[in-house]
Amino acid sequence: MNATLSFAPVVAERDVEVISRPSLSYWKDAWIRLKANRRALTSLYIIIALGLFTVVGPLLPFVPSSSTQDLDQISSPPGADRTATIVAPYAPWSGVTVNVPAGDGPLEAPASVSLAGEATTQAVRIFWDPVPGAHGYRVYRNIAHPAPDDALGMPLADVLVASRVSFEDRLDIKPQDYFYSVVPLDRNGREAPVYATVDVSAVRVVTAEEAVRRGLADSAADLAIGDEVRLALHLLGTDYLGRDMLSRLMHGARVSLFIGIVAPFLFILVGILYGSAAGFVGGRVDQVLMRFADFVVALPFLLFMILFRILFKIEGGDSGIAPMLIAMVILSWPAAARLVRGQILQIREEGYVSASRLLGAKTPYLVLRHMIPNTMGVILVTITFAVPSAIFTEAFLSFIGMGVAPPTPSWGSMCNEGLKTMLTHPHELIFPALFISITVLAFNLLGDGLRDALDARMRSQE
Amino acid sequence: MIRYTIKRLIQGVITVWFIATATFMAMHSVPGDPLMNDKAISEEIRKNLEAQYGLDKPIIEQYGIYLWNMVRGDFGISFAQENRRVNDIIREHFPISAILGILAIAFAGLGGILFGALTARYRNQMPDIVIMFLVILGISVPSFVFAALGQLALVKLNAFFGISILPVAGWGTLSHMIAPSLVLGLGTMAFLTRLMRSSMLEIVSSDYVRTARSKGLPPTRIFLRHELRNAILPVVTVLGPSIAAITTGGFVVELVFAIPGLGRYFVQAVQQLDYTVIMGTTVFYGAFLVFMVIVVDLLYGLIDPRVRLE
Amino acid sequence: MIFINSGSRRFGKRFVSGALGTAGAASEAPGSRKGIAWLGEGSQLFILSVLGIGAFVLLMALLSWASELSGVGGAGEAVDPTTGTITLALTTEPPQLDSTRATDMVSGQILGHVMEGLVRYDEFNRIVPGVAERWEIGESQAIFHLREDSRWSDGSPVTAHDFVFAWRTAVAPATASEYAFILYPIKNARAVNEGELPVTAFGAKAVDDHTLAVELERPIGYFDKLVAFPTYYPIKQDFYEGRDGRYGADAIDLLYNGPFIIERWVHGAQLRMLRNDAYWDRDRIHLNAIDYAYITSDVNATLNLYKDGKVAIAGLDAETLHDALEQRWKLERFNDGSVFFIEFNHRPSRLTHNRNLRKAIQFVVDPAELVYKVIKLPGNTPGESLFPVWLKGVNGYFRQEYPAPEHRVDLARAHDYLERAKQELGIDPLPPLIFLSGDNPAANKQSEYFQEVFASRLGIEVKIDRQIFKQRLAKMTAGEFDMVLAGWGPDYADPLTFGDLFASWNKNNRGAYVSAELDAWVAVAQSSLVPEERMQAFDEIQKIIYDDAVILPNYERGSVFVRNPQLKGVVRRAVGTDPDYTGAYIVDG
Repeated sequence: MNATLSFAPVVAERDVEVISRPSLSYWKDAWIRLKANRRALTSLYIIIALGLFTVVGPLLPFVPSSSTQDLDQISSPPGADRTATIVAPYAPWSGVTVNVPAGDGPLEAPASVSLAGEATTQAVRIFWDPVPGAHGYRVYRNIAHPAPDDALGMPLADVLVASRVSFEDRLDIKPQDYFYSVVPLDRNGREAPVYATVDVSAVRVVTAEEAVRRGLADSAADLAIGDEVRLALHLLGTDYLGRDMLSRLMHGARVSLFIGIVAPFLFILVGILYGSAAGFVGGRVDQVLMRFADFVVALPFLLFMILFRILFKIEGGDSGIAPMLIAMVILSWPAAARLVRGQILQIREEGYVSASRLLGAKTPYLVLRHMIPNTMGVILVTITFAVPSAIFTEAFLSFIGMGVAPPTPSWGSMCNEGLKTMLTHPHELIFPALFISITVLAFNLLGDGLRDALDARMRSQE
Repeated sequence: MIRYTIKRLIQGVITVWFIATATFMAMHSVPGDPLMNDKAISEEIRKNLEAQYGLDKPIIEQYGIYLWNMVRGDFGISFAQENRRVNDIIREHFPISAILGILAIAFAGLGGILFGALTARYRNQMPDIVIMFLVILGISVPSFVFAALGQLALVKLNAFFGISILPVAGWGTLSHMIAPSLVLGLGTMAFLTRLMRSSMLEIVSSDYVRTARSKGLPPTRIFLRHELRNAILPVVTVLGPSIAAITTGGFVVELVFAIPGLGRYFVQAVQQLDYTVIMGTTVFYGAFLVFMVIVVDLLYGLIDPRVRLE
Repeated sequence: MIFINSGSRRFGKRFVSGALGTAGAASEAPGSRKGIAWLGEGSQLFILSVLGIGAFVLLMALLSWASELSGVGGAGEAVDPTTGTITLALTTEPPQLDSTRATDMVSGQILGHVMEGLVRYDEFNRIVPGVAERWEIGESQAIFHLREDSRWSDGSPVTAHDFVFAWRTAVAPATASEYAFILYPIKNARAVNEGELPVTAFGAKAVDDHTLAVELERPIGYFDKLVAFPTYYPIKQDFYEGRDGRYGADAIDLLYNGPFIIERWVHGAQLRMLRNDAYWDRDRIHLNAIDYAYITSDVNATLNLYKDGKVAIAGLDAETLHDALEQRWKLERFNDGSVFFIEFNHRPSRLTHNRNLRKAIQFVVDPAELVYKVIKLPGNTPGESLFPVWLKGVNGYFRQEYPAPEHRVDLARAHDYLERAKQELGIDPLPPLIFLSGDNPAANKQSEYFQEVFASRLGIEVKIDRQIFKQRLAKMTAGEFDMVLAGWGPDYADPLTFGDLFASWNKNNRGAYVSAELDAWVAVAQSSLVPEERMQAFDEIQKIIYDDAVILPNYERGSVFVRNPQLKGVVRRAVGTDPDYTGAYIVDG
């Protein structure tokens, strides 16, 4: 028997443990998982859309300048009626003067109150029959009829010349119904308990000159008195100076998004570097670093805000964004640093870090590979919350009068302005508040998505 | 432990000294001074005033006098309220801010931990979605809007019931505190809820929780001893700085609800450039904050045995 | 387990979510972490909630106990007819109740209720006797005869010595009173205040307990109006010295001779005044107590308190006006006597030193548009002159006797002036002008409005420099501006309180306007005792200010407020205690 060796030398099979799918880097993997998260992706699109809104928006043809004041359409809500009648330019009114009939005994109400000419948003002129014995008159205006509870509304003026029995009202007249009441005054300027009322319906008017200046017509010659024109279109209405809300929201986004995104990004970056250095190195360095952070935390924000404004020579006209940003970064990083340090202290004691260290991992590797990825969750949550808080800090500074300089708008200051008129003109509060909410929501959902995507432990579970 | 505490306290004193110095320098480098007023005053009257407040001395001497007085615990007399000592202002108004702040923090902390744990537990289910929606609302509305809306709601509420259920503004009784502390704590609570949720989600998938579970420990014990205790860590860390946020945010609430707290005095002092009140309140708040940070660090060591205090 | 009716763990879960008011049907969503099953998690959350809520309740109880220690006395309803009490809100805590050093409106308002000077203003704003029964004012001396029944709240009589002491204290350099200047018409007051003469040289002397003799520095036609000012209130020497520097710091640190006393003063929170039974004219006073139970500058907060029936008076602004009308309230308006204007910087280094440039700007500014379209608050009237309408002239009102120069917007003239300005300055186009403004919302609104007006009507670019109060003052004093929004409120009811504002020597002339002609007319107004001559001088000043465009008047400030209909007799006034509740009374309603 010729025994042949049926054994062959073992050939080292090198590809048994070959990874069949391409190796995914940490970030690539995170991106794949982020893409799978529909909410996070939508949020990302919203944020990009907001960016376009602020950069491209003002270039659109139907968006007027953010500083043009349309004093005929102050605080008008979206979709308000825009027709206006052409009238002659305003000319002062000499009024009506009569001989004062003498009289004693109790003052009576004027026999009648009448309208002189047409009631327009330019002026409402009223006159009344003289009251014997009256030494003057007080004129009231209300938006509803005074009867039955004698609600005369707001006093417009005192006419303290007895012979004058007329009054011209120009105060913020809207195209609506008004009720003017006249009360006679006695020798000491006190009201008699009687009044007479006239109701008036004001129409919106504009002068031909104004119409041309606003670009509503080509030349004044085309317009005759009594013609109707349509005032400028404001898609989202106007603010307290008749400025276009849409345009101001677009310009305001520049300030709010810039402050809201750049400031948190910067101070959290500083915080991560600082906190991880402190947490990882530990010992004396950690103590010195953290004491310095305590010191910064305790500095008064407002005072340093003012100081920075002066250090950076905030003169008239500068918007004051840069010093605000710097002040926020310089004064806000310690919170992030403390948070990161706390996490690092915790992770430093974890088993996998010790294992990695035993295997000879160097410090930078440990920080980059274990520390930062494992703190990402908390950091991202902090960032998504720092965005609204930065937007609000700007708003708070506007609230106490130290925000961006006018006429530069910001969502925070628009919110602040809108708050005062929220009962009468809610659109001035709702729109900026809505934009802040959308931004905050988008950042939050994106942050959530990122947290899940970047969480190294999630990786092993799929 | 005691050695560590003493060491931290000494460091704290140095920190406060730094704060005092930085504030002093910042304040005096801002143009204008507290003696300026709407109606201009003559050189002679101004000289009298400067002499009275010691502003005629060289700045370095003012600094020395100031530090010495601070060590003795005397912050001087306010410029804007010429009859009141800054010590009295702090003593009378800080407790009010503190009560408001403690209540707001308590509200925020308890609510945050509870809602955070709840949302983590019901992740992507109805409670999670509803609470997170409210949280988003809570953080996307500025505090001054909240304060104004909250007060308006109280007016409507009282008008609806025809009796005064909660006072609209003012200070003094428990009922005065509820609305402002809720408004003040809302933002922080939203923040803490999110933080708690995120840290809870990490903890429940950690090895030691799994181990504990497989060991068959009672769920309540796992929850309280392992999950909650660990998940609270990041929350405790941000509580310190949250106190700072609440004391400054308190200004708006104090203004709207007519509460005589210290926050109002501080903002007024900065706007009026009231040197002594700025210095007094800054150093006081600084010392307070530094102290809180030390307490938080000590708490940290107590909650998490892995963090060694040395 | 707390789930009494639970058959399964799954049901228990629903129970928890149901308890939160959400849909109980929320089953575990696909993709959620099924792997990590919590056992009995509902009970843990329940325990946590109970613990949390328990701790919270405990904390609240503790805090409510603690707050009793520092709390405010319970505030009542807005108007209480049974106790004769009204409840009000103050915009800010009175900063200074030492009458020699008080400077602000709120302190003046409180002092006006608890103190009484030699004379006071009545409900028609006429000067009537206060502590002084009668007086004679001559060219060089004024004699005041004090009533014998005027008492301090400790029962002791108010004497001429108390006035002399208060006035001497006010002018003493050590007091450092900012309003010492208001005593300067008294002989040697200025020299004493500047430390040149000893305080004994001061020209006011007590002849006896009830006769006060005042030597005057120069003839002065309005001295009776001047002594109504708070700096002229009396202080009792023994009491002042017994307070060890704390005079005016607290309720117990004041001695009162006015219609009310301060019963309780919780700083920053409450100030409660009671009727003063020691007051000589106590029958004039109807209210038993005035309780300032809220201190806030927030207009909306005060309005909410009014709606809630907690305060008797609330101010309104343009934004809350519409709401007030819908509530069908009857509103009141009031002119507070101050004038607001754009002040130019007249320093030679500034472009606004050029008269033609100022005139160009003047002819595009329309105060009526500002008031009617931007400020929108009735009570404010378009500014026409430095002198407001309420000032008295020779017989009637000054502005009716001497009307302000007529002003109309005239774009053609404005551009004409602008061209000339550019030629004179040799600059075209003009560099941006600095528009200094305050940090309050009203100033913001106005500066934004003016910025657009100058840009669109004149083509001049304006940069808004918004500064907080003290910085704005610093910049005004240093002259770092071209235009500034400024205002002026009266100290006494004579046109001179406005007339000397732009004299070259006046420290408040922060635009540094210099005109020998104007200075001459101010000198006439200061020393003449002939009303016609003085009013003529004021008219000349009024004309110079318009012709030279020294300032551009914007508006005379007014306010609108709502008052509880049961509260009557509240007096508002431009000069003197405002608002004045001393004659107020409550009607049943």
